[in-house]
Amino acid sequence: MNFSIIKYFCGIVLRFEAGFMALSLVVSFIYGEYDVALIFIGTIAVMLGISFLLAFRKPADTSFYAKEGVVTVSVSWILLSLFGAMPFFLSGAIPSFIDSLFESVSGFTTTGASVLIDVEIVEKSLLFWRSFTHWIGGMGVLMFIMAILPMSKADPLHLMRAESPGPTTEKLVPKASETAKILYSIYIGLSLLEVILLLAGGMPLYDSVVHMFGTAGTGGFSMKNASIGAYDSVYLEVVVTVFMILFGVNFSAYFLLLARKFKRFLTFEELRVYLAIIIIAMAVIAFNITGTVYQSLGESLRHSSFQVASVMTTTGFSTDDFNQWPTFSRFLLLLLMFIGASAGSTGGGIKVSRFMIMAKALKREAMHILHPKAVQKIKLDKMPVSEDVIRGTAIFMVVFLGITAVSIVLVSLNGFDMDTSVSAVVACINNIGPGLGVVSPVGNYSGFSVFSKIVLSLNMLIGRLEIYPMLLLISPAVWHRKA
Amino acid sequence: MKIIIVGDGKVGYTLSDHLSREGHDITVIDNKSEALRKSIDSLDVYTIKGNGASFAVLNEAGVSETDLLIAATSTDEVNMLCCLFAKRLGAKHTIARMRDPDYNEQLETMKDEMGLSMIINPEQATASEILRLITFPSAISVGTFANGRVSVIEYRLHPDSNIAGMSIAKAMQKYYADVLICAVGREGKIYIPNGDFVLEEGDHIHIAGTHGNISDFLNKCGQHDKKIRSAMLVGGGLIAFYLSKMLIESGYSVKIIEKKPEKCGDLCEKIPQALIIEGDGTDQEILDSERVDHAGAFVALTDMDEENLIMSMYASHRGVPKVIAKINRTGYTDVIKKAGIDSVISPKNITANHIVRFVRRMSNINGSYLKTLYMIEDQAEVMEFQATSSTRNLGVTLAEMQLKKNVLITAIVRGGKLIIPKGRNKILEGDTVIVITTIKQLEDLNEIFAAK
Repeated sequence: MNFSIIKYFCGIVLRFEAGFMALSLVVSFIYGEYDVALIFIGTIAVMLGISFLLAFRKPADTSFYAKEGVVTVSVSWILLSLFGAMPFFLSGAIPSFIDSLFESVSGFTTTGASVLIDVEIVEKSLLFWRSFTHWIGGMGVLMFIMAILPMSKADPLHLMRAESPGPTTEKLVPKASETAKILYSIYIGLSLLEVILLLAGGMPLYDSVVHMFGTAGTGGFSMKNASIGAYDSVYLEVVVTVFMILFGVNFSAYFLLLARKFKRFLTFEELRVYLAIIIIAMAVIAFNITGTVYQSLGESLRHSSFQVASVMTTTGFSTDDFNQWPTFSRFLLLLLMFIGASAGSTGGGIKVSRFMIMAKALKREAMHILHPKAVQKIKLDKMPVSEDVIRGTAIFMVVFLGITAVSIVLVSLNGFDMDTSVSAVVACINNIGPGLGVVSPVGNYSGFSVFSKIVLSLNMLIGRLEIYPMLLLISPAVWHRKA
Repeated sequence: MKIIIVGDGKVGYTLSDHLSREGHDITVIDNKSEALRKSIDSLDVYTIKGNGASFAVLNEAGVSETDLLIAATSTDEVNMLCCLFAKRLGAKHTIARMRDPDYNEQLETMKDEMGLSMIINPEQATASEILRLITFPSAISVGTFANGRVSVIEYRLHPDSNIAGMSIAKAMQKYYADVLICAVGREGKIYIPNGDFVLEEGDHIHIAGTHGNISDFLNKCGQHDKKIRSAMLVGGGLIAFYLSKMLIESGYSVKIIEKKPEKCGDLCEKIPQALIIEGDGTDQEILDSERVDHAGAFVALTDMDEENLIMSMYASHRGVPKVIAKINRTGYTDVIKKAGIDSVISPKNITANHIVRFVRRMSNINGSYLKTLYMIEDQAEVMEFQATSSTRNLGVTLAEMQLKKNVLITAIVRGGKLIIPKGRNKILEGDTVIVITTIKQLEDLNEIFAAK
């Protein structure tokens, strides 16, 4: 294990976080929130100081393998969250440090679970920072660094693999740094487009930007207590719905469109299945809530489509309290939380492609019973899926569900009802945010004990980084100096 | 530049490693996923699984926008097809690897017919490299520039050499010859020395000059070169075939030891002047009975690195003056050199170097004048530039010129004549200037001058 290069990368990460925070500093000046500005300046100074100590110069030993990539990603995400929590804590907006950390982790992992009871009294620049962490965490800060800093050989790929979600990670073009640049360009382009469309719908600039951060990172922090519902505008809801779905699509699909590789684009099975699930769930839930919650089908469709898109892409905005909906709809939404968005998107959850691989593996097993000698290959997007990936996917799902189960048991110590305990863990590990019961869209996470909040924070990191980086962090084999 | 490499074998991998590090966009095509996985895990390249001669795969690799396609699969015919189709589909340049001696006579015609930019025969290139090593027996490596007018030869300083312990300026004064010590390798590091640099026993010195002058200088300073007359080759593969032909043409007597009877018969038919021995070269008795101790040069060319190593060590032990081992796993070169075998050659590196040189020349066609290149242990490069009207400091004497650190003007070729530069010499328009430097990737002659 090459600790010096990990230290170096962590220093760089802090330097970039300081840069991002400087943007919030500008916002605090715009709104004349000088107390908050002072806190931002202090945090930035501390981060730059530590970054200077950690990454004073590039270490002589630059060997960088998968192991270093994984540890760099997990350690730097923990550092990001720790320093990201500082402004909340120091400004007194969130008095407890664990609560501030929870909020910060929830931001970077694009979960959007909040401990704030009344969001609207918090300073604007703090809310800006809170939502900005979604945007940074959505595509990943290491990916951002990769796009900007020149790196050699395959080091960036190890980082990319550890940071970006999905069963396999592939580059779009020969160079990893170019790939990161392309992904970020698409990300920024879509983000700008959303801001423009929100502005066109009459949403103020500050609100548009904050909600864009929430949508783009599929996070879900809003600066309104009633989230998007506060605007009561069908146009804005449609814009947000469409963009939530767009940010939940594998970004390679956009690249293929931009590169005019339409043939390859059409072979994207995951995209079709992802859209199909969304449309079917929207329709089913709309019928289920018509007559019980809403009178007209149109009204039902308006709310069901927003909520399905929000939950499936693991964003977590809301226009209505779906906790009041019939059990069938609530349960369906809970299942959608697990499915999550597409691989290679900014969304969380287990990812559609993993379910597809498992469904195909199941079909193969069934065939195998009928024709024991049959030779079968599993294909995704018309490309064969290697046995390693299939095995990895199966283990991933088992471990993911196992961690979910254990976490539910730990959180249930808190004494909340079944709905709350289960949905809190599910909503955190899948990076959604709001769940059912106490943590419903109108509720929040402030009632949980410190212990539960730590468990849930770990769940969020485990969900965002897809288990292994966090799991390996506690493995002694990784920390052994000579390993 | 956008480069497609077909075939992710030894040469393909070495090439993608070198070229991706130089900043080119590399796409590797191979039909074995295990080979590709290794590339994607350790190199910054894009990989496509498939047959590099199929239109679908070539199109997926974006062949129409490609500057260069290098076909390095194990089959000559597939390489030809790849290049042919790639050219049709719009690739600007193509390079094919051809190793079958049957095609050897018609290479030039094939190159023209198929519009290839270069054909490389790894075994033949390796054989010429070995031949050069044998002609300069105490040299460790030999490079030539400016159409063979300038050589840069690497020597290890013997304990009995007169110049060990002397500064370069003093050595040059005492044993005057028109040569230049342009680089010194010591403990794995390459130094570009100035006059005060003190040479030590065991240093690897790189001397630039004409063949004659270098021999002259070496004789004067006690780095005596004994002329070799005979060579013993173990392993009768393609390298042995090309090498023995070249050696016989240059008047050496050649003995080849080969295990397989069919191969022996084949060689015997094709190279009647060579003595072919059927036997296992790793067998000490065979080596002894064929009098390895009388051989002037011993070249181990079997497919097994380990065997080549053991045989070479034995040959050194029996006092063969020049021992050369072919090694594929180049990572171990340093260790092997410590074991006393000075000359280690690796066909994949030689092939890759030839192609990298070509690529560098290609990417510098516009405006910059880099022509040839030779690497010393991956740390220093010898480069050939053409001085043009846009070159700065034309007509200024070298003594007055401010050069960057770690840059040395090694030689100037003017009107076909070699000048080993002294302080009073000048660079004039039209000169070929040979520069040695540890600065990576110089692209223009002007880059050697210190900023004003």
